[in-house]
Amino acid sequence: MSWSLIIRLLVLALLIAFLVAPESFAFLLQPFTKIGQPAIYDRGTLWGLTLSHLAITFAATSLATLVALGLAILVTRPFGAEFLPLSRSLANIGQTFPPVAVLALTVPILGFGTAPTLVALFLYGLLPIFENSITGLTTLPPTVTVAARGMGMTGLQRLVRVELPLALPVILSGVRLSTVISLATATIGSTVAARTLGEIIIAGLTASNTAFVMQGGLIVAVLAVLIYDGLSALERFFVARTTKGSSLSPR
Amino acid sequence: MIEIAEISKTYGNSAVVDRVTMKVEPHTITVIVGTSGSGKTTLLRMINRLVEPSSGTIRIDGEDTRTVPAYELRRRMGYAIQGHGLFPHRTVGQNIGTVPKLLGWDKALIARRVDELLELFQLDPGEYRDRMPSELSGGQQQRIGVARALAAEPNILLMDEPFGALDPIIRAQAQQNLLDIQKRFGTTIVLVTHDMEEAIHLGDRIAVMDDGQLLQYAAPEEIIARPATDFIDELIGTGERPFRLLSLASIRAAVEPGEADGASISADATLRDAFAELLWSGRTALPVEDRGKRIGRVTLAELKRRAARPR
Amino acid sequence: MTQGVGTALPKRTIGLDKLGVVIALILAAAWLLLPFADFKPNRILPGEPRSIFSALPPIYAAILAVGLGLSIFASLIRTSAIPRLLLGFIGVVALVLAIGVAGHYLTPEGDNLARIAPGAGFWVLVGAYALLAADSLTRLRLGPWPRLAILALVVVGICALLWSGAWDELSILKEYASRHEAFWREGQIHILLAFGSLIVACIVGIPLGIACYRSKRLRTIVLNVLNAVQTIPSIALFGLLIAPLGALAAAMPGLAAIGVSGIGVAPAMLALFLYSLLPLVANTVVGLLGVPEDANDAAMGMGMTDGQRLVAVELPLAFPVILTGIRIVLVQNIGIATIAALIGGGGFGVFVFQGIGQTAMDLVLLGAVPTVGLAFVSAVILDAFVEMTSPREAAND
Repeated sequence: MSWSLIIRLLVLALLIAFLVAPESFAFLLQPFTKIGQPAIYDRGTLWGLTLSHLAITFAATSLATLVALGLAILVTRPFGAEFLPLSRSLANIGQTFPPVAVLALTVPILGFGTAPTLVALFLYGLLPIFENSITGLTTLPPTVTVAARGMGMTGLQRLVRVELPLALPVILSGVRLSTVISLATATIGSTVAARTLGEIIIAGLTASNTAFVMQGGLIVAVLAVLIYDGLSALERFFVARTTKGSSLSPR
Repeated sequence: MIEIAEISKTYGNSAVVDRVTMKVEPHTITVIVGTSGSGKTTLLRMINRLVEPSSGTIRIDGEDTRTVPAYELRRRMGYAIQGHGLFPHRTVGQNIGTVPKLLGWDKALIARRVDELLELFQLDPGEYRDRMPSELSGGQQQRIGVARALAAEPNILLMDEPFGALDPIIRAQAQQNLLDIQKRFGTTIVLVTHDMEEAIHLGDRIAVMDDGQLLQYAAPEEIIARPATDFIDELIGTGERPFRLLSLASIRAAVEPGEADGASISADATLRDAFAELLWSGRTALPVEDRGKRIGRVTLAELKRRAARPR
Repeated sequence: MTQGVGTALPKRTIGLDKLGVVIALILAAAWLLLPFADFKPNRILPGEPRSIFSALPPIYAAILAVGLGLSIFASLIRTSAIPRLLLGFIGVVALVLAIGVAGHYLTPEGDNLARIAPGAGFWVLVGAYALLAADSLTRLRLGPWPRLAILALVVVGICALLWSGAWDELSILKEYASRHEAFWREGQIHILLAFGSLIVACIVGIPLGIACYRSKRLRTIVLNVLNAVQTIPSIALFGLLIAPLGALAAAMPGLAAIGVSGIGVAPAMLALFLYSLLPLVANTVVGLLGVPEDANDAAMGMGMTDGQRLVAVELPLAFPVILTGIRIVLVQNIGIATIAALIGGGGFGVFVFQGIGQTAMDLVLLGAVPTVGLAFVSAVILDAFVEMTSPREAAND
């Protein structure tokens, strides 16, 4: 077991401890409060907000993965090839939109609450996954795809047995990017009344209670870094499986 | 038998393959040779319909290839390419078993076939079956590529520059391996290469292509002796002709009764080997032996006669 | 593509364009099902939908309707890129002018409270024509200079439109009219935040990248730390910087005097700077690692010192990759700077969050549209620069 893994597990344990029993950590945050202010956020449990934050992110990212991957598969088949160049530039242009703008522009259509956040996260989350899926599916080694055709695999068999498994690491890194962006954007979602950890930070900012800002910021930051790390590890695992060999592969 | 009739492939206005007609006899090795851009790969790929012909027909054992779905057609033939094209995410065993699995073979049968092929290619099944392709050397990967192409016991094997990426010593081994396998199973092989030496070494018949046209289709001796065009002559290499001719026949064919001094040579070696030994050892005749028994001699005079342009 | 990898499509002289079919469907649906403009009695109340025929004087409406009908038909047919580009372009211009006319036409005489906002139908129609134009532009594979020229043309066109007053009766510009001083002030802050942090990050990041290129150990450490920083959501990072900066300002009155404090521009600037480092350092390293070995060998063989090699060979060859890093940073910073408003840092985000607070969507747009525009223009310009400085063969995308 490496040092970095031990540190990560330690951080995770601390995070869980903080979420379960925030009062035991109050003394650490007390110095950042002004007189009379609570040190721990009191208009909702940290647990609840964290779960809701994760649920929104997870729902949006899973949906975005399904749709983006589906679209990428479509435009990389002969039938949808006509859409490939355009969809590439659209994904490229789309990513110049700041996530906040996407969030703000969804509100007039859906009103306040969790719904616009979910939709904004979904829409914005599509782009990195779509772009990476296309990259993954169009940069397969040509000898492998020709061999697959030459052996008599049908289009579907090639997609499922060869193209998707080989593109998986690149697709996953798109999912990772999308997840991290969604975690961040969900935080801002609390400005349109979504129940996320951003609520704590915003509450701290409006009441100038630095303790709130700190705890909200820390939870979100630690979550993001841990999730990013976890997904990177998953990705490395798949890369290792396709390039290295049996010593790492699951049985 | 593969009958190719008036086959063409055009992209826009340029014909990559231009009205080629040829017949590939069963149980032989046919080599298509040409420079890059000659249309040789396209011609090969039209046989398993990786490229759809623009016009003309291809019949296999009398059946028009267009009457079956392309993927079914391809499952009936082996296909091996340069750079092997192994699936990097699947084990050696899974790679070899690809086509049998597509054909719905029984699991145990596939496993047996995989081990059989690994042994045939001198790879220990226990050691190599569960390895990933990236853990193998270039020569091993190439052998797995050919094994995979042979997995479903196809009558026809198409090979596109299969030995192009190998270094000379490994290439020679791989070529010998292929000849042995062809002899053993009687597979009809169509092989594409840019290397005339390889073509002469492997081919029962050679098809020379240039600029989409089939220039000459004949046995190697014929190609060397009577090249149809200057281009073919150039491809063979004017200075190499007598030696290429000698390399085609084994000593057995030139043995005459009589005695000779010094170390003997195997009857299975080529006349070219005999010639080299004669020159190197400064003799005029070599004793020839077959399975440890002297069967006669081979002389410089006979070799000289055989190396001359056939009339 | 090598020959035969994809089976060539049969050539058709006349046929349906698949994308055209999609665009025609979008155009028809937006025209028939969605409101062209929204009429709001005041800036906060929800809008009442107005179709093209009720939003425009009859003659204009008829012309627009005929144009729409024709272009639905035209987009279906497979044609070359130039006519489609023109069709898309004319479509966008016509709609943009029409919505301006609608603004004047729908505003009741002397009513200062009523707001005319472009409706969903307008946006979707503009989007469909823009899609048509974007597809043609993509297929034309224009070089960097023509792309910049088209961008300049579009920017000049938009400026002319705004200056002419054709859009003055539209809701966004009414929001602008009542806040134009704040708009330019926040705009300046926004640009200061995005570009200022970029410049500082370049000054620090590129040398740091060079150092990381030379030392593998430093590289691992620096890139890991920066990766983690990049992962922290912006609002959290802003928040986390409040306490240390506040403490710093309290401890050192000199710093406080030049404006450093827990909230405001300072934490925003610092956070943007930190976010900028990863793309800059990483791209500098990647660019330098990508310098062909024989170029380096040749330089060493000619007797160049390490420093000379860096200046004469490595940095010039790595430049396009570093520039790509700058492009990523700039676009990213323009977006994240919006969030600075939450910690009192200013920028266009002020309007976005005020708008959300007041449920005044036109105000949100006043903040969001210039942000998106700024990011888009920066991306196009820097993409063009990257392509100009890249070796020839890299120009396929």
